[in-house]
Amino acid sequence: MSEQKNNVRSGGPGGPGGPGRPGGPHGGMMMGKPEKLKDFKGTVRRMLGYVVSQKGLIIAVFLISILSAVVSIVSTKLNGTIVDDFIATGDIPGLARILIILGVVYLVTAGASYLQNYLMINVSQTTSATLRRDLFTAVQKLPLKFFDTRSSGDIMSRLTNDIDSISNTISQSLPQFFSGIITVLGTLIAMFFISPILAVVAILLTPLTIFTAKIIVGKTQPQFKRQTKELGALNGYIEEHMSGQKIITLFGREEQVESEFSEINERLAKAATIAQSLSGVMGPLNNMINHFNYLVICVVGALLFISPHFAISFGDIFAFTLYMKNFGRPINEMLNLFNTIQHALAGAERVFDIMDEEPETDAPGSIELSDIRGDVEARDVCFSYVPGKPVLKHASFHVLPGQTYAIVGPTGAGKTTIISLLTRFYDLESGSLTIDGNDILHVTRDSLRRSIGMVLQDTFLFSESVMENIRYGRPSATDDEVRHAAELANADHFIRQLENGYDTQLTDNGGNLSQGQRQLLAIARALLAEPRVLILDEATSSIDTRTELAAQKAMLTLMKGRTSFIIAHRLSTIRSADCILVVRDGEIVERGTHEELIEKKGFYADLYESQFKTGMAI
Amino acid sequence: MTKMLRYLKGIALLCAIGAPLLMFMEVMMDLQQPALMSDIVDIGIQNGDLHYILTTGLKMLGCALVGLIGGAGCTVLSSIASIRLAKELRADLFAKVETFSFKEVDKFKTASLITRLTNDVEQVQNMAMMAMRMLVRAPVTCIGGIVMAISINRRLSLILAVAMPIMLIAMYFIVTRAFPLFRVVQGKIDNMNNVMRENLLGIRVTKAFVSEKRQLERFDISNEDLLRTSVRASRITVILWPVINIVVNACIIAVFWFGGKMVMVGDLEIGKIMAFISYITQILASLTMSVMFIMFFTRAKVSVDRINEVLGTNTSIFDAADAQPVTGTDIEFRHVSFRYNEGSEDVLHDLSFHIHEGESIGIIGATGCGKSSLVNLIPRLYDPTEGEILLGGTNLKKLRLHDIRAHIGMVLQESILFSGKISDIFRFGKEDLTQEEMEKAASDAQALDFIREKEDGFEGVVEQRGKNFSGGQKQRLSIARTLARRPDILILDDATSAVDLATEAKLQRAIRSREGSCTLIVIAQRISAVMNFDRIFVLDNGTIVDSGSHKELISRCEIYRSIAASQLGEEVLANV
Repeated sequence: MSEQKNNVRSGGPGGPGGPGRPGGPHGGMMMGKPEKLKDFKGTVRRMLGYVVSQKGLIIAVFLISILSAVVSIVSTKLNGTIVDDFIATGDIPGLARILIILGVVYLVTAGASYLQNYLMINVSQTTSATLRRDLFTAVQKLPLKFFDTRSSGDIMSRLTNDIDSISNTISQSLPQFFSGIITVLGTLIAMFFISPILAVVAILLTPLTIFTAKIIVGKTQPQFKRQTKELGALNGYIEEHMSGQKIITLFGREEQVESEFSEINERLAKAATIAQSLSGVMGPLNNMINHFNYLVICVVGALLFISPHFAISFGDIFAFTLYMKNFGRPINEMLNLFNTIQHALAGAERVFDIMDEEPETDAPGSIELSDIRGDVEARDVCFSYVPGKPVLKHASFHVLPGQTYAIVGPTGAGKTTIISLLTRFYDLESGSLTIDGNDILHVTRDSLRRSIGMVLQDTFLFSESVMENIRYGRPSATDDEVRHAAELANADHFIRQLENGYDTQLTDNGGNLSQGQRQLLAIARALLAEPRVLILDEATSSIDTRTELAAQKAMLTLMKGRTSFIIAHRLSTIRSADCILVVRDGEIVERGTHEELIEKKGFYADLYESQFKTGMAI
Repeated sequence: MTKMLRYLKGIALLCAIGAPLLMFMEVMMDLQQPALMSDIVDIGIQNGDLHYILTTGLKMLGCALVGLIGGAGCTVLSSIASIRLAKELRADLFAKVETFSFKEVDKFKTASLITRLTNDVEQVQNMAMMAMRMLVRAPVTCIGGIVMAISINRRLSLILAVAMPIMLIAMYFIVTRAFPLFRVVQGKIDNMNNVMRENLLGIRVTKAFVSEKRQLERFDISNEDLLRTSVRASRITVILWPVINIVVNACIIAVFWFGGKMVMVGDLEIGKIMAFISYITQILASLTMSVMFIMFFTRAKVSVDRINEVLGTNTSIFDAADAQPVTGTDIEFRHVSFRYNEGSEDVLHDLSFHIHEGESIGIIGATGCGKSSLVNLIPRLYDPTEGEILLGGTNLKKLRLHDIRAHIGMVLQESILFSGKISDIFRFGKEDLTQEEMEKAASDAQALDFIREKEDGFEGVVEQRGKNFSGGQKQRLSIARTLARRPDILILDDATSAVDLATEAKLQRAIRSREGSCTLIVIAQRISAVMNFDRIFVLDNGTIVDSGSHKELISRCEIYRSIAASQLGEEVLANV
């Protein structure tokens, strides 16, 4: 399955994706969203696109289900024949013969059903694996904006719940649906062969089944929606308050929270009781209708049997009553399946929604950046996350190769934004950013990011070994190179002390390391990448003093000879910078060295006074 | 398992008793049907007795109607019972968690508590529902079917004696083979989810290092692993259906053969064969149902165990019988040692100190040196392992918990906001807050400006987890929430890490100039945040190595000097 196409957007037919298309339902991580399909045909066609790749299997399964439906119809007819022609006539050898035939027929049915299920597992599992892979690949190509605006729970639920329900539908519901249709049609034909009159009666009875089902489904649907809504509210409340349990304890709010909870709990219980009671009537009611239908057939059958005008045998009536069962059951089943399939299609649509998001693409004719010197220039750069609310206004600066620029300013002033633009996590709105004179909009993203090294404040580590985590910097690096980078980053010492040294498996975002140690690994990772341009987001908090010194030294090693941008918090870093950019409300309000800025007695001087000099003097 | 039964009370209990009875009724009626049908065929149709057909038919319909009442009634009652059971269980669990101290919350972990309250309770509800129906339906159908079969023809029912054991053995083999495999599949699903989750959380790293390919490789490995295992597991379960099929059909053939011969010699009517086949099908279906139920039950058992684990845990911190009100706010630690678990190392070791009313205390030290643990002991979020802590001269353990926490306001590292309106945040700690008090708290916490910028000001919406606020804003809101309660002792546990330096300075100035001098205890990463406090505690490895004013510490404490030098620059040392 490795030859599966990577990008469904180009391959999948009917993809309605376009720029700026609003995303699907937002943030709801609870099960059961409103099952309104936006584009029924498109979704079905696309889903078929996935299944079609296994055409051979599908056709085989389809043929098998036709075969087994036909065989089961024939075997029912055989039941009638056994009664009429052999038992009634006392033909023991004949009975033995026909029973052997029946046995073979049954074996074939069992074998066919096994084969069908067996093949269907392949189809459904392969389809869902492909869907998962396509979703993963699509997600990876999405711009950062997507991740900043969507909850990860929402995406995860599409990967798991939605794809799960698709897979179940393919493996169970679809074959059932096929064989249901075939069984109903086949049975109908067989019924006509036995007795056209009885068959007509049977057909006349079916609307009864369908209408009752329709009425009940119509009544229950809104109730189930209400139940889902209340369940969502309750689960949301639980999630929120379990996460905030410590705050509740601190504020002594246990009682109020409990009473709020029991209100929501009661609401759910009420909604659930109505929904489930209503839907529970369905089964027994169908049962009742089937019995009624059976009775009607028997009465009509008896009339025909008695009447001299119609030649109908006893065995025929016997077989017909059996057919009657085969006729009603699939109709009921199919009515239920309809909901399941609808549900799965809604899930498929949610999966496709993500695949249709606009991915990051390089402008045509983008060049590969390599062997740069590290000359970075911003000219009149503007940017806003939300239209109309500019975060960065007309920012300009020019950093020469090897220079260190410190960026300081209050939170939310736009420091991080500058960096997000430089790495093209987001694209600027107007103005230009160039590296060695190349506009970064006309450079491939991959080569741009390879030339820039980053140590972010929240260092993310993957649950792989320490060695592999550092190797993220340069996948081609040898073990020795990784170790060398770790030494330079002052990380070698603590890594060796870990249980398995470099082979220590990290868990849960490096949860088994202290934050300082994680930062050292991030520095080692950046060192290994040997970028010409560096971005450092200095940690504001939670590094212990000893590792902090190590980290600071490592940072200096890292910065040596490289163009560096530092979101700085430490005075020592700020003071040693070649230039300080002071950002406030999206504007670079001041720039210069520490001394120059102090001299200027502007915003930076204020900042410095209030923070470092007089401390918190009142 | 039986523990769950006590959640069936009142109406739910009546329903839980009524449901199986109604189910019994439905099954009994169902069992009548094949006999009646065969009578219609044997007697009615064969004799062309229309009157007999109609009367028997009416009997059938009557049975079906009673069955309908039984079936529908059972569903309704069992729904009510199981939903009520789930409701009570959930409420009890929730109330239990509300009693938990930090220690128990740490032990269970939030995510796991959430699953227990949501998923696990749902599993129990489904199981209860199934139990009320299946536990009666399966055995009654099985036994009733056997009785009816025997009553039709004793010799013919010997077929069942052969078929049933074969069926049970086959099922046993398949189920015991499939079960362990499904557990493996679950593990593989977790693996795959983990790769995906990491990729979502670490997307910045992935993109920054252009390591999309590497991530895809990881994903492919886990994805294909999952594919292979789940195909293998499913292949075993799909054997189950053909096997059941073959056994049932073999029975039908046997009935035709032996029954047919009996009909020929006149020992049996033809219609009875049909009835007999119906009964055999019902009996074997009830066996299948039982297997399903057992599979389901084993899964639910895990949930029940997890729920019981929570219910069986008692909070380690509760009011003493003769708990007294708080009378003073002097804090004293006497030889306090603390560790999170028995057998683990001391997090705090032999601490003794006194904090006077109105003092401002800064706490500085490396991560993991015990700063947070120390302040957590003050509002009795944990109990010390050794030694005692006194508040106003009385041991914390003898004071009313609610009272302690009303006097002590603490802002945690992680700011947790509940959804609602901004004003709800403020009223969280004090319901009768006036508008002025609210604005005062907001302005002291440096939150007033950004609240006013919101369209609806204090009536503005707070989304879940305060998603619509930045980290710094959330921290300031958390501080404002605590300030609104006007605590006598205010503890900030690194609560301004995302607030910029200038704002942090203003915030502290505002807090310290609030009327009514409150004791201020601040854990800080940056020395500058606490350097002008009355005293600074320097913590290292669970002990206070030194305490004193900034000046004193600069001149004598080596650890403090090194931190100061790194954060403020070498010249601070020279300025002394």
